[in-house]
Amino acid sequence: MQRFFISIVLSLAILGSFSLAQVPPGRIEVEFWYANKGLLGDALVALVNKFNEAQDRYWVTAVYKGGYATTMADAIAAFRAGQAPHIVQVYEVGTATMMAAAQLGAVYPLYQLFADTGVAFDFDQYIPAIRGYYSLLDGRMVALPFNASTAVMWYNKDAFRKAGLDPDNPPKTWAELRDAAKKIAASGAAEIPFTVSWLPWTMFEQLGALHNVPFATKENGFGGLDTELALLDHPLYLRHLENLVAMQNEGTFVYVGRDTTPDGTFPAGKAAILIASSALRGRIQQEANFEWGETYLPYYPDIVEQPYNSILGGAALWVMRRPDATKEHYKAVAEFLAFLSQPENVAWYHTYTGYLPTTVPGYELAKSQGYYDKNPGADIPVLQLMRGPTTENTRGIRLGDYGAIRDVIYDEVEATLQGKQSAMDAIKNIVARGNEILRNFEATYR
Amino acid sequence: MGKTYQPIFRNKFLPYLLILPQLALAIAFFLWPAAVALYQSVTRTDPFGLKTSFVGLAHFKSLFLDSRYLKSLQLSFIYAIIITVTSIGLGLLFAIAANDKKVPAGRFFRTILIWPYALAPSIAAVLWLFLFQPSIGLITKWLKMLGVNWNYTINSSQALALVSLVAVWQRLPYNFIFLLAALQGVPVEVIEAARLDGASARRIFWAVVFPLISPVTFFLCVVNMGYAFFDTFGIVDALTKGGPAGATEFLCYKVYRDGFVNLRLSISAAQSVILIILGIILTIAQFRFGEKRVHYE
Repeated sequence: MQRFFISIVLSLAILGSFSLAQVPPGRIEVEFWYANKGLLGDALVALVNKFNEAQDRYWVTAVYKGGYATTMADAIAAFRAGQAPHIVQVYEVGTATMMAAAQLGAVYPLYQLFADTGVAFDFDQYIPAIRGYYSLLDGRMVALPFNASTAVMWYNKDAFRKAGLDPDNPPKTWAELRDAAKKIAASGAAEIPFTVSWLPWTMFEQLGALHNVPFATKENGFGGLDTELALLDHPLYLRHLENLVAMQNEGTFVYVGRDTTPDGTFPAGKAAILIASSALRGRIQQEANFEWGETYLPYYPDIVEQPYNSILGGAALWVMRRPDATKEHYKAVAEFLAFLSQPENVAWYHTYTGYLPTTVPGYELAKSQGYYDKNPGADIPVLQLMRGPTTENTRGIRLGDYGAIRDVIYDEVEATLQGKQSAMDAIKNIVARGNEILRNFEATYR
Repeated sequence: MGKTYQPIFRNKFLPYLLILPQLALAIAFFLWPAAVALYQSVTRTDPFGLKTSFVGLAHFKSLFLDSRYLKSLQLSFIYAIIITVTSIGLGLLFAIAANDKKVPAGRFFRTILIWPYALAPSIAAVLWLFLFQPSIGLITKWLKMLGVNWNYTINSSQALALVSLVAVWQRLPYNFIFLLAALQGVPVEVIEAARLDGASARRIFWAVVFPLISPVTFFLCVVNMGYAFFDTFGIVDALTKGGPAGATEFLCYKVYRDGFVNLRLSISAAQSVILIILGIILTIAQFRFGEKRVHYE
């Protein structure tokens, strides 16, 4: 028995040493730290392997570093030690911090990387609402959008039928959504008529973009660090929060937690309508044993006749500077990023993971492959992102320490849903506390 | 302690060499990080460490002017007391039962009781999540049948109850082992003597056994307070993320959230300095006031 264990340990050790020393001689190695696991991580590693096999000059070593927050914190700690990864995957919340780091020289902006290395790269092929999120105001792209998502509405067609609603005609406006939720509640078709994931993202940021209403001054923070939250400048946010509270009180909206916690309620058949990330598609496909649909985010038709584009979520790839990296290393990085942007790779990643196609050719390719015919609704997030011209209010949000601001939004909205304060107090507190965070961020970089 | 022994070292450097490993560990993992935290708490710095400016006590001032931070401070004390009292109380109860040779399968229960200690706090929290998740949890289902509207993501007291429950459950084995060992160390003769004097079982426990195990109980009070103050962020992170509306935002979770998730290093450092000072004060206070009531043999 003991010998058996020893042989297992030994063979594991040998296997381990193989996987560690896998860089073939003569190749230039660059490190890529990523934050996805499961199916998403597999897809990413598959693309890295494909790149490593497709040529014999460069080698990308992909290292899983834990969740998004951990990966970002680790990459920054490594930067401080002069050991930053060449490429790191950072979630959208960290965008302002990484942009500021680009100003200070810790991040290698994409436009500069491709200019310096001379590697061909077509920036214009990116979908404008996706590209804008990771670009400077003048349009120069700083990071490569990789796994991009947006918010959509998922609904349970079986529950709709049970409640006497038309499963092929989901609610388009907030008034319609509330009516539908009332019918679902009255008929007992589902335990939770309506709920939302990522509340600050779906109920505030997306809401502003859809109605072309600013979320923050200075073009939602894109125009400078001296930005302030603009939630009091337009009645939209207050009205919507009051609407949510009213729906909660009549039992049509149920709050089930922060971030992705509510996600599981939909595939489990508990929630009839869920507003969440478009990237949830894979999980719903896997877990839901009922007929479901995906549709556009609802809006208030008296504020906009035609809603504008929604905004981005997900993560991007950032190139980091490290003291020992040569031009050849960055050439390897540029080649790898250019490889990722090729239509067949964009389309493959999109159809495999359920994340958005980031480029127009990638989208066209997925379409010509018949993906959207086989998966009805899968093009909704793309169409929602591409509709209308992108304005300064729909480009995205670029606020410093944005994760802390989202925490404040959760905090204040929860207190309102608990009945401890009015919706107006919540909005006022979010603005006051959010601005304090923004001023602190601004002072850091002054 | 009648005699003190004076160890004799021929080599002057040997004693220093012998304590070096321990000293190195203390410096690397306690003193150095504490010093860095102290430095960071008086500066304003970006996460990459490229821009740093001295701000003095500005972060501390803004923390103590923030009513939410003071509320979090108060909440942490309440939480620490709940956990300490409940987990030691239950630990004692279980230890008494396990020490009683008449309880059947005592060994079995002893083993089972120790298991939760082997789990990391965040994993323990995830296990409980399966039971108490507001829409799909197993116990949630039962509670709903009983007419309890269980949703800790919006109900503050339920959230506090849940994170306390998980912490107590995690802490119980540790307290149990120590208290059981202490109970087994109580000399049988003393109890026999008390019994011969006609004391009731209750009287024997409070007048004889409890004072004899008081050093261990006191030690556990200090350690459990420390656990509640510093080690519970994994549970909070997995279950409530500090919500709803700050109901479970304890000091240590705020440090973690601000520092490691939101990368606001200076503000997080200021909070951890406060936490360090609080930890020191708490321990000293417990030794000064608590130790007087403790009887060492």
